[in-house]
Amino acid sequence: MINEKTKSSAPFKSNEENPMLDVVNRRFFLRSAGVAAATGAFIMSACTDNTNGVDPVLDGAVDLGSGDIGILNYAYALEQLEAAFYTQVMAKPFGGMTAAETSILTDIRDHEIVHREFFKAALGTSAIMGLTPDFSKIDFSSRASVLGTAKVFEDTGVAAYNGAGKLIKSVDYLLLAGKIVSVEARHAAIIRDLLNPNSMDFAGDDIIDSNGLDKAMAPSMILSAVAPFITNKISGANLPK
Amino acid sequence: MNIFKIIDEITKVDGDAVERIEHATRRSFMTKFSRSISAAAVPAVLATVSNKAFAQSQGAIDILNYALTLEYLENEFYMMGNAAAGLIPEKYKTVFQQIGKHETQHVAFLKGALGAKAVAKPDFDFTAKGAFADIFTKFDTFVFLSHALEDTGVRAYKGQAGGLINDPQFLEYALQIHSVEARHAAKARMILSEVRNAPAIKPWITGKEGSPEAVYAGEDNVMQGGKDITGLGGKSLAAVTEAFDEPLTKEAVLAIATQFIA
Repeated sequence: MINEKTKSSAPFKSNEENPMLDVVNRRFFLRSAGVAAATGAFIMSACTDNTNGVDPVLDGAVDLGSGDIGILNYAYALEQLEAAFYTQVMAKPFGGMTAAETSILTDIRDHEIVHREFFKAALGTSAIMGLTPDFSKIDFSSRASVLGTAKVFEDTGVAAYNGAGKLIKSVDYLLLAGKIVSVEARHAAIIRDLLNPNSMDFAGDDIIDSNGLDKAMAPSMILSAVAPFITNKISGANLPK
Repeated sequence: MNIFKIIDEITKVDGDAVERIEHATRRSFMTKFSRSISAAAVPAVLATVSNKAFAQSQGAIDILNYALTLEYLENEFYMMGNAAAGLIPEKYKTVFQQIGKHETQHVAFLKGALGAKAVAKPDFDFTAKGAFADIFTKFDTFVFLSHALEDTGVRAYKGQAGGLINDPQFLEYALQIHSVEARHAAKARMILSEVRNAPAIKPWITGKEGSPEAVYAGEDNVMQGGKDITGLGGKSLAAVTEAFDEPLTKEAVLAIATQFIA
């Protein structure tokens, strides 16, 4: 509803022309470097900074499309990113990775690959291309960098599915999104617990609000948050609002 | 108290419920978004929301009262567990206080949304008439029931998502609670795995492994979106089933929950 109200604001053509997005992106880089800041703070910054931003169709951008297909492509893009990340994590495990961590991160990698392959198969010829990740800011030899990035990706995934639910028209696709989001939430909880065992962080006050609600974020916010990690430009301009 | 009777009663919705939902929606929507939208935009946004709530309130009331009943159950379970001296080991106290806090918040949030249409809290018997006699004296039993209730909660909310598809704001709220229950479930499962020294119990559900059987029935489903995904991505059957959590019908959830109604 908020997006509809702001639909008329002037579209911009690239990140360079939108200083707000650059601010968000810089903050995201800082977070992913393992800086100990609350994820919630990042997410709220992204929301506040971008509430008047409607995604433009960027020149040469990968267009996610419209309707339920657009939402499925949106999920496919996020799952591609997560699968690529964990594949690299397990290809070059950080020093001192414990047996328990190896088991957890291997399982998560496999779940994300299953999600990616599921969307690819379900979308068929409507699927967007395979995306090229940009993980140059992640130090895969550092436990803090890897788990810090995993935490951001998982929390972002949960917020993305939670926010996309009401944009889906088909009850079957809505149920599928529901089947996946709770697995992402399980991942998020366990990554958070690895970082700070047996604390409140598995469902911390930084991510769950005072009504006991997890985050739900619009595609426009999510896409700008993950943009630094994907080489391709992605446009959600035609997604349902 | 019979839980089926409660559900019967909540389906008998009278006319003024509509106003209440409208009011509740306005309040929660204000809290949520007043931060990020200008004062001038508020009336237009609110008008849109209240119109939607007005048109679809009856189905929402039914589902929210079902959710509230489950949240009452969870909330009282953790209130009693957190208050039981010597039950929860020191290292896990923060975890269960955090879970309990969220269940209390969920009860308050759903009651706020339902107003006078909120069902009353049933009387609970967490021993399930003796089956869990040591529920608040033995941690193993407590964390066992905790993981089962959380996994049931995840499946229950998931099963109602489709029923809220025409109530976008309530659908979003339900999804936002659903993922919190999944975070709880993952951590509770991890603790159960630790105290039982059972690495096969993972934060996610493998096949339909788990106990009680009714809580995990159907979790081994491999038909997703009309396709058999066995072997997808070259991954094991375990990974393929772990990657998708499955819903439970209201009937299946109530059959589980009724055991704990006094």
